[in-house]
Amino acid sequence: MSQAKIEFLERSKEFWNPGKTQDWIDMGVDLVIDRREGYYLYDMDGRRLIDLHLNGGTYNLGHRHPELVEVLKAGTERFDMGNHHFPAIARTALAEALQDCAPGPDFKYTAYGSGGGEAIDIAIKTARHAANKKKIVSIIKAYHGHTGLAVKTGDERFSKLFLSEDTAGEFVQVPFNDLTAMEDALKGRDVAAVIMETIPATYGFPMPQEGYLPAVKALCEKYDALYICDEVQTGLMRTGEMWGISKYGVVPDIMVTGKGISGGMYPIACVLISEECGGWLHKDGFGHISTMGGAELGCVVALKTLEIVQRPQVRAMVQFISDYLRAGLDDIMAAFPDFFIGIRQHGVIMGLEFNHEQGAKPVMKHLYENGVWAIFSTLDPRVLQFKPGLLLTQADAEDVLRRLAIAIELARDEVMGKPRLV
Amino acid sequence: MDRALFNSLVDISGSKAAQRGQADIMLERARWAASVFERYDRAATQAIVAAVAEAAHAMAAEMAEKAVAETGFGVAEHKKIKNELTAKPLIDFYADQDFVNLRVDEARKIVELPRPAGVIFALTPSTNPIATLNYKCLLALMTRNAIVISPHPAAKDCSTEAAHRLVQAAEAAGAPSGVIQILEEPSIPLVEAFMTSDKTNVILATGGTAMVRAAYSSSNPAIGVGPGNAPVFVDASADIARAAQRIVASKSFDNSILCTNESVLITLPEVEGQLQRALKSAGAHICDADAVERLSRFLFHPRGFNIEAIGRDATWIAQECGIRVDQSTKILVAPITQIGVEEKLSREKLCPVLAMHVAKTPAQALAQARAVLRLTGAGHSAAIHTSDEAMVLAYGEAVEAYRVVVNAPCSQGAAGFGTSLAPSFTIGTGYYGRSSIGENIGPQHLVQWTRLAYSSDDDVPFGRYHGRTRPFRGALPPAPEDGVVGAPRSSVAVAPAPSAASSLDRATKDELRRLIAEELRDLLGK
Repeated sequence: MSQAKIEFLERSKEFWNPGKTQDWIDMGVDLVIDRREGYYLYDMDGRRLIDLHLNGGTYNLGHRHPELVEVLKAGTERFDMGNHHFPAIARTALAEALQDCAPGPDFKYTAYGSGGGEAIDIAIKTARHAANKKKIVSIIKAYHGHTGLAVKTGDERFSKLFLSEDTAGEFVQVPFNDLTAMEDALKGRDVAAVIMETIPATYGFPMPQEGYLPAVKALCEKYDALYICDEVQTGLMRTGEMWGISKYGVVPDIMVTGKGISGGMYPIACVLISEECGGWLHKDGFGHISTMGGAELGCVVALKTLEIVQRPQVRAMVQFISDYLRAGLDDIMAAFPDFFIGIRQHGVIMGLEFNHEQGAKPVMKHLYENGVWAIFSTLDPRVLQFKPGLLLTQADAEDVLRRLAIAIELARDEVMGKPRLV
Repeated sequence: MDRALFNSLVDISGSKAAQRGQADIMLERARWAASVFERYDRAATQAIVAAVAEAAHAMAAEMAEKAVAETGFGVAEHKKIKNELTAKPLIDFYADQDFVNLRVDEARKIVELPRPAGVIFALTPSTNPIATLNYKCLLALMTRNAIVISPHPAAKDCSTEAAHRLVQAAEAAGAPSGVIQILEEPSIPLVEAFMTSDKTNVILATGGTAMVRAAYSSSNPAIGVGPGNAPVFVDASADIARAAQRIVASKSFDNSILCTNESVLITLPEVEGQLQRALKSAGAHICDADAVERLSRFLFHPRGFNIEAIGRDATWIAQECGIRVDQSTKILVAPITQIGVEEKLSREKLCPVLAMHVAKTPAQALAQARAVLRLTGAGHSAAIHTSDEAMVLAYGEAVEAYRVVVNAPCSQGAAGFGTSLAPSFTIGTGYYGRSSIGENIGPQHLVQWTRLAYSSDDDVPFGRYHGRTRPFRGALPPAPEDGVVGAPRSSVAVAPAPSAASSLDRATKDELRRLIAEELRDLLGK
């Protein structure tokens, strides 16, 4: 590590976040991202990493995608964030474009947050107003963000620290893929909404069983609850379709998209709301106010992001990337069957499962040392989140597999002991 | 999705970033397709080629009509013939050539492995839009390459439709999605973005000189061709009647829109009269001095050739010039006394107008033929009608052209139709014509070979390679979409075995490895 980096990390601890800075060092990831381009990150010491973390799909299209940079630059010639109280040209245009590609014909309005958490809060508030009920059901190990309401839907890992866990019984959590538990939670008809990530990301992408999501939607209908779909990590073509939820045949009532919609260039998150759920927008349009939510520059970037991800070439690329990586991953799994024990996959959303309760951490570390940045699943560290971008090149995909095979072998030896050499 | 909606606020579609973005995404898709296509064996490749040729054949007439309607160039029934020639006969020509399997040279102890170019960026012209598209797509497919077509903007609609039909046929026959793509809204800056992208492996440039030069300046490998301006020499020993018939057939074929068409007819005084009569009876109109002057003014504007005249009927051109001709006239012959910069009619004419010059001697005829190509068309085509082999050789040595058609129509013959040259819509103009290749472009130019070379010492044996072919691995198996009804599924993960158990297993394995190693050491005597 360079002297400059050592000094920088000290400053990071001093002024920014001592705990987080140290934790990464302890995990063997002394990354300070400096330059970034496409799917490459460059550490401040110059080392290149292929980014397979993408901040949960934020960098779906790569870092500083040239068209997004261009549109943002050009956008500043006309727009800034805008005045959130007034009808706004860019905000309306994005809402129109979102309605055009929404996962169902009844979607009508878009409300904006400056980030995913806020958007989840808006979605929950919208559902509560529409249903005139308070209770929210989510999945154990769900992750929807860190704002006031969103944090209560998730694991206590993030709420207790701040004494912000639900104590009023308004937030109920049930196991994923467990329809009986879901029905038990909904039976009382006192639930405003079920909120679901289509595939729970921070939980390591356990895949919904066949029929699970449609059955949850059916239960919602049966017990007068709304279905809020969190498409932050599964939307924007990552499953090979615009929205993951459509692949499972579910039409949600409210949908949240974040991260990738910003192109990683200007923060924005969106809540798509059906006419039926949009009551508060008629009754009191000033009900939710967000100075930076739906900033018009963000809208300009988001519009371009939507246009790019819907190009027919992108769909074809996602297919190639997911098929190709899967074939390679299967080969690697066959080589280390005692350690690399499972692949969860839908499109370019992938979780690699290792035979150790913290197994993804050494894989992450060795990948890092071998030029790939992919992160473990916070809520299930057996699973490595493996999230290639929509535009990954063939050459990079091949290189990722080469590096991964090396890293997995090293991690396996570290965790399970090195086999004696013949 | 309505593009206007996206561009309504901040339109960056004219920016370099947008062009680069569009190029890269298509080229990278092509790269993926090419990488999968490389997994195919010869039989699978040929099945795709055959299916695409069939589709090209089936749409030949319809697309010929559409091309003429869109561009105004040429004759639909002749375009149909060209569209057909670039389908089945093209693939038949290469049927016994193998661009997929390894080649073994026992004598030289060399094995050669085919390596497709990868991603081809191909320009197609407005003059022969569909035939060139067929031809380039089939060449790409024969060699397991992916191709991105950029049609001439004046022919983009018919080209796009034709390309989509070829795509359909290719994919139905099992080709990877994206092996053929077409740029539906081509523009010069966009084409430049494709040509300069490092994702392009080779540019196949057919078109105007500016485009071809841009291809060569792109920093990418390019196969580009220069313009034609074929001289045709009818010497005294020729069968004059047949020569005249062939020349008229060639010049009137698709109204001279092929760059291989005869431009300047050169003959000798002793057969001048006979040749003129024969041309007339074959359907030519011989212009008088006034008509030649009118023609020259009409065809050549201060800035170049009048594109209005490209591929038009002889009677239409005559009418525009105010020259009275018989309605059955197929070509116009314009006698000229000079060849060179001072005589515009000695330049290339993509229309059924043929300049005619009478040289004093055979030697002067050769000098004049050289002069035609010095003006424009170097490295391209020439033709001769004669029964004198010595003259054929002298002419062939004299003209700076890489193909000289003998006793045949040049339009068709130089492009490989009616001769045994390779059927081609990209005529390599070689070093004379500032191009990298001097023959008719074929699939062999889109694949290179890795050569595995053994020691030539006799005591180093060559391996046994005969009978080895490429295995078919084909398309990638579709990745699972876990939880989606009807989609492929991941195999269920085995319940994690407790770590202690696996370390016991490992001890056993290690013991086995040790035993095997010992055995090996014994075997090797170490």
